[in-house]
Amino acid sequence: MPFVPHTEADVRDMLAAIGAKKVDDLFDEIPAELRCGELSEVPEGLPEMEIGRLMHERAQSDGLALNFIGAGAYEHHIPAAVWEITTRGEFYSAYTPYQAEASQGTLQVLYEFQSMMTALTGMDVSNASMYDGASALGEALLMAVRANARSASRKVLVPSTVHPFYRQVSDVISHAQGVTQTGLVYCAETGDTKIEQLKKFEGQDICAVVIQQPNFFGVMEDVDAITDWAHAHGALVVAVVNPTSLALLKAPGQWGATGADIVVGEGQPLGSPLSSGGPYFGFMCAKKDFVRQMPGRIVGRTVDLDGKPGFTLTLQAREQHIRRSKATSNICTNQGLLVTAATIYMSLLGPAGLARVASKSMANLKSLRAQLTRVHGVKAVFENAHFHECVIRLDRAVAPVLAELARGGIHGGYDLSKHYPELGHALLVCVTETKTEADLARYALALSAALKKAA
Amino acid sequence: MSKIPAELKYAKSHEWARKQADGTVVIGITDHAQSALGDLVFVEVPKAGRKVSAGEACAVVESVKAASDVYAPIGGEVVEANPALAGAPETLNQDPYGKGWMFKLKPGNAAELDKMLDAAGYEKVVAESH
Repeated sequence: MPFVPHTEADVRDMLAAIGAKKVDDLFDEIPAELRCGELSEVPEGLPEMEIGRLMHERAQSDGLALNFIGAGAYEHHIPAAVWEITTRGEFYSAYTPYQAEASQGTLQVLYEFQSMMTALTGMDVSNASMYDGASALGEALLMAVRANARSASRKVLVPSTVHPFYRQVSDVISHAQGVTQTGLVYCAETGDTKIEQLKKFEGQDICAVVIQQPNFFGVMEDVDAITDWAHAHGALVVAVVNPTSLALLKAPGQWGATGADIVVGEGQPLGSPLSSGGPYFGFMCAKKDFVRQMPGRIVGRTVDLDGKPGFTLTLQAREQHIRRSKATSNICTNQGLLVTAATIYMSLLGPAGLARVASKSMANLKSLRAQLTRVHGVKAVFENAHFHECVIRLDRAVAPVLAELARGGIHGGYDLSKHYPELGHALLVCVTETKTEADLARYALALSAALKKAA
Repeated sequence: MSKIPAELKYAKSHEWARKQADGTVVIGITDHAQSALGDLVFVEVPKAGRKVSAGEACAVVESVKAASDVYAPIGGEVVEANPALAGAPETLNQDPYGKGWMFKLKPGNAAELDKMLDAAGYEKVVAESH
């Protein structure tokens, strides 16, 4: 049955009841110059058969390129069972049903997801997910301002090794509430943020310090030292992490003497395909002390009147349908379907399987980095340890080389020249467990050929 | 019928105030307020040292279905908050005028206390709200 909320007759009756002539009248307070008008470039609808054929043709023109782009979204193998189960009718819905009396299955999945995320991050509590990693960081900054009782400022230190899109998006979300981001320069040799950069701010009221681990360059930050510095100076620590990496790296809850305070990140690596950039989901975990400042939905486990275990939304008094303008956030939803896929992905892999994905990705990166830096005209950039991503520098502009690689069916990486011009002709290359030794050799050979051709 | 002790001062927003011998003023919410909110699950009190003005929202009482602000009925500096409420918010339901007190203020201007309602005045406010 199609979901049609109201018929034409319903619409007519409702308009008549409020004395409006047409639906557009309801929007007449929006000035004409702010309206986009008709969508003239959108073509007429197509029948299912024709649209199916068109999309297959378009997909073929993309080809099956060998992908080495990461930069925030990561291509991992997704077991077939993940989306087979996720798209079952019981889970597959345009909307996440939250009613405890109707949706015990969905609520339990969200609860299991939260439990898995707290285990991965070493935190006490998790919400049921956010829109994506970047907006989760924006919400985390606002949360830090509310939660940090020791700080009266809204000043946040954000290393320039944090994903540039995350810095932009979180600033868009939080600057109107007075949150200001102050950048920290990274070390040119090692690619991480040195504690000396933070020491410049001693004596100032800093609300929070953001740390991305591994950072945007794939480089490991000294998370223990930065966490301890932040706490010693009255600031909270907001960790941005890759969930796959947590199978191998120290959980943010164990960073420094007392651990990070809020942990966010992009959940896409857990079972979501790259899919041209979305939909993805963000995750957010925190220490229990801050749970009442945490935005988003939280599912809890409880008992019903007969003492039977069950699941329900909890701590809703933080949310906007109850707390109105003083709610922790305008977000009152979650990315239910993507989270369902992530929960099934993690259950199928288990902690050991996730660790094998992470180890294989790291081993592949080590091999690829060694092969690429042997190519004439390619140099390694940062010395520190890496996780499935690294920066290399070419002896000429990156864009034409990437275009040449693409003609040979290889997506060679993410061009850093726009966001990090100081690095010169720098390219961020990613490799996950999905690539074979033959794939790595093919890339090295193609890069060598592309550099000769471009020369 | 909710209890409205005669010796206390009241605000229309359902806070009570009790002047102590040492000049500080104890603030809480009324029996009527706690009963209207239902079982409290969380109480957020202001930190000692915070300066508040009369009418400023400075604490939150949260029940299962609602979170409400508590307003400082007079201005001053918070000298102490009830530490028992963090672990046992139900204290506020059980004993709103005693063990369920919320915070103590050092008044900026003690005359503000005289502008508050007396028990009879507050009883009218409650009666009109029904």
